Amino acid sequence: MRGTRLFIAVFLIPPLLLYGIFVVSPYAQAFQIAGTDWSGLSPTYDFVGLDNFRRLAEDGYFWNALRHNAWLLLLLPVVTILLGLFLASMISVGGRADRAGVHGVRGSAFYRVVYFFPQVLSVAIVGVLWKEMYAPHTGMINGFLRAAGLDGLAVAWLGDPRFSFWCVMAVMIWMNVGFYVVLFSAAMQSIPRDLYEAALLDGASRLTTLVRLTVPLLWDTIQVAWVYLAIIAIDGFAIVQIITDGGPSSSSDVVGLRLYKAAFADGQFGYASAIGVAMFFLTLTVAAMFLRVTRRDRVEL
Amino acid sequence: MGHTISRRGLLQGAAGVAAASTLAGCAMGGDDAEDDAKGETSASNPLGVKEDAPLEVVIFNGGFGEEYAKAHEAMYRQRHPQAEIKHSATQQIAETLQPRFVAGDPPDVVNNSGGSQIDFNGLVSQGALADLGELLDAPSLDDPDTKVRDTLLPGIVDVGSYDGKFLSLNYAYSAYGIWYSQKLFEAKGWAYPRTWDDMIALCKQIKAAGIAPWTYPGKHARYMSWPILAAAGKMGGLDVIKAIDNLEPNAWKHDAVKAAAEAYYQLAVDGYLQPGAEGMDHVQSQTEWCRGKAAFVSCGSWLENEQKAVTPPDFRMAVAPTPSLTTSDKMPYEAFRGTGSEPFVVPSKGKNVRGGLEYLRVMLSRQGAADFTRKVSSLTCVRGSSEGIDLGPGLTSVTGLIDASKGTAFTWLYSSYYRKLERERVDAASAELYAKRITAAQWCDKIQKSADEFAQDPAIKKYKRA
Repeated sequence: MRGTRLFIAVFLIPPLLLYGIFVVSPYAQAFQIAGTDWSGLSPTYDFVGLDNFRRLAEDGYFWNALRHNAWLLLLLPVVTILLGLFLASMISVGGRADRAGVHGVRGSAFYRVVYFFPQVLSVAIVGVLWKEMYAPHTGMINGFLRAAGLDGLAVAWLGDPRFSFWCVMAVMIWMNVGFYVVLFSAAMQSIPRDLYEAALLDGASRLTTLVRLTVPLLWDTIQVAWVYLAIIAIDGFAIVQIITDGGPSSSSDVVGLRLYKAAFADGQFGYASAIGVAMFFLTLTVAAMFLRVTRRDRVEL
Repeated sequence: MGHTISRRGLLQGAAGVAAASTLAGCAMGGDDAEDDAKGETSASNPLGVKEDAPLEVVIFNGGFGEEYAKAHEAMYRQRHPQAEIKHSATQQIAETLQPRFVAGDPPDVVNNSGGSQIDFNGLVSQGALADLGELLDAPSLDDPDTKVRDTLLPGIVDVGSYDGKFLSLNYAYSAYGIWYSQKLFEAKGWAYPRTWDDMIALCKQIKAAGIAPWTYPGKHARYMSWPILAAAGKMGGLDVIKAIDNLEPNAWKHDAVKAAAEAYYQLAVDGYLQPGAEGMDHVQSQTEWCRGKAAFVSCGSWLENEQKAVTPPDFRMAVAPTPSLTTSDKMPYEAFRGTGSEPFVVPSKGKNVRGGLEYLRVMLSRQGAADFTRKVSSLTCVRGSSEGIDLGPGLTSVTGLIDASKGTAFTWLYSSYYRKLERERVDAASAELYAKRITAAQWCDKIQKSADEFAQDPAIKKYKRA
C-alpha cells in the first residue's frame, strides 16, 4: 500500500510542482501586482489598493477594446461552429447516397486537407499573409474585386475604422474553422451510418438531417468547441496585433492588446496586471456560463 | 497550431506579464547589489575601465542589423584585450531585458530601440540609466584635446537629456523631410517647391500627369504628423515646439500648428493623397512610392536603407525640407527636423558601467562612426564622420540638407518624453485627419485633449524642456 502511494506520488509531484511554479504562481502574482503602481523596471513599487481598477473603470480605451471582445464573443463561436458543422457534414455525409451507403461529397479527402491548412500556419504567418491580402493596391482581395469590375468596393480595408475590426474577425474565423471541421468530422465518424440511412429512407432533407440528427449527436463536441472559441474570442491578441495593431483609431483594439501595450509600451505593469485580472474573471465567467447554458442530460432525437 | 497559441496568449494575458519572469519565484523582487567595476584612470583610460571586467552588449537587431556592433566590440577588445565581451542581439528589447532590469542584473550597454523599445519615461523615472555626462566631458578617442561633447552634431545632447541629465546616446543621425525621386522630377521638369502655395500648385500638375502627388502610411499616420510639426515649428519658431514638449495648455492649438495642419489637410481635401494609402503600412506606401505611383512621401533618412531591395537603380531619391508656409516664417526654408535615433543606454545597475561608457566612446570615434556609416548606410551623430565615404544618393542628399541648413535643424522631444502620446494618440488623430474623417481644427483639439490627459496623469513622469 505504502509502495503504491509512493509510486503515485513520484509521478504526481513533479507535474504539480511545475504547474504550481509556472501557472498558478504567476496568476497569484498578477493579483498582487494589480494592486501596485509597479513600472516593471525596478524592484521598487508602492501599493495603491484598488486605484488601478478604478482607473480601468474610467478608461475609455479599455471599454472600447472590451466592446470588440464582446462582439467577438457573440459572433466568433456561432459563425465558426455553423461553418464548421456545415463543411464537416458536407465532407462526411453530404454526398449523394448510393448502394454503398452515405458518404461525403466528391473530393472530400482533398477538402479536409485544404480546410485544415490554416491550422498548420503559425498565427504570425496568418497575420502577415492577410495584412498583404487586404493591402489596398497590391492585395489579392482588391485585386479580385477590381477584376470582377467592382472597383467601388475596393476600399482600404484596414485603413477604415468601419471595416478594420470585421476584417480581423473574418481572418479569425478563417484560421479557426478548419480545426473544427476536422473535430466535427471526426466526431461524425462515430455516428452509426444506419441512422443516416434511416433518415434518408424517411425522406429527410440534408438540412433536416443536419439539424435533427447530426447536431444533437455532436452536442458534446460542439459544447467543447464553444468554450474554446469563446476563450479565443476573449483573447484575439496575436492576430490583432499583427494585422492592425488595434488601429485605425483603436477601431480594432482588443483587451489583450491593451494589456500588452500598458505593460511593454507604457511601462505600467501594475495597470496591465489589473487588466489581466479583469480578463481572468471575465474568461472564467464566460466559460462557466457557456458550460451551464449548453448542459444537457440526455440526447433527444 | 493557431488555437493553442492564442490560448497561451490568453494565459499570459490573465497572468499579467509575471509569467515571463517567474524563474526567480518572484517577478517583482530583485537583488539590489551594485558592484561597479572600476580601474585606474590614465590618459589612455580616462574613464577608468577595469581592464579585465567583462562587458555585455545587447543590440536591437532591426534595420541596422548587428554586424556594425561586432566591429565596435572588436575595437573595444583591441583597447582592452583582457575584457571578455558578451554580445547578443534581439528584436524584443523590452520583453528580453525587462526582467533583467527588475532583477538588478541589466547588461552594460543596451541599444534600446525598435518597436518594443523599453519606455524611456519608465527607465528614467526609475533611475535605471547611468548619467552619460562623464562621457561627454571625456577626451575623444581620436584627439585627447577634444571632448566627446564637441564631436557630436547639434541636438544630440538635447534629445538624450532628461531634466538636464544626458542619459541616452542617439547614435544614428536622422534627418526628416519630404522625399522625392530626382529622376522623376527631372524627367517631368518639376522642381521641389519652396513654399506651400507652390506645393499645392505642383500637386495639381503631378495629379494631371497621372501620378498621385503624395502617399503615406495610413496605418502609421504619425509619419504625416512630422511635416505638420516641422512646418509649424518653422512658421512659429522653436517656442511652439517647446510648448508641445512641455505639455503646455493649448500648445497644439497655437496658430502655427493650426495653419500647418490646415495646409496638410488641404492635400486630403484636394485629393492629392494616393487613394487607398489610409490602409497601407510604411513598407507598403514607401514601396508604392518607389514604384513611381506617388511623387512625395514623408520619412526619415533611414528610408534609403529600408527601401534598398525595391528601389530602381536610377531612382535617385532625395530629401527636402518642408515648404515654408508663409513668407514671414520664423525659420528659413532650409530648416528641417534633424535628430538622433537608435538610442544607446548604459544601465546604472550594470556590472561594468565604466566599460559601458568606454564602449560608447569607442562607438563615437571617427573609425567607429565611419564603419557604422559604411555598414548600414546611415549617418551617425559624430560630426563629419561620413567624409570620404561613398554614400548612396539618398544619404548624399541628407548631407546636403545638413550643410544647407547651417545649424538651423531642430526637433521636438515630446515623442521621446511621452512615447504613447505620439505612437497612439497623434498617430490615431493623423489617420483620421488624412482620411478626412476630422478637420484640421478637430485634429488640434483631439491631440490637445490627449496632451492634457497626459499632463494630468500622475502616473506619467513629466519632463521640462528648457
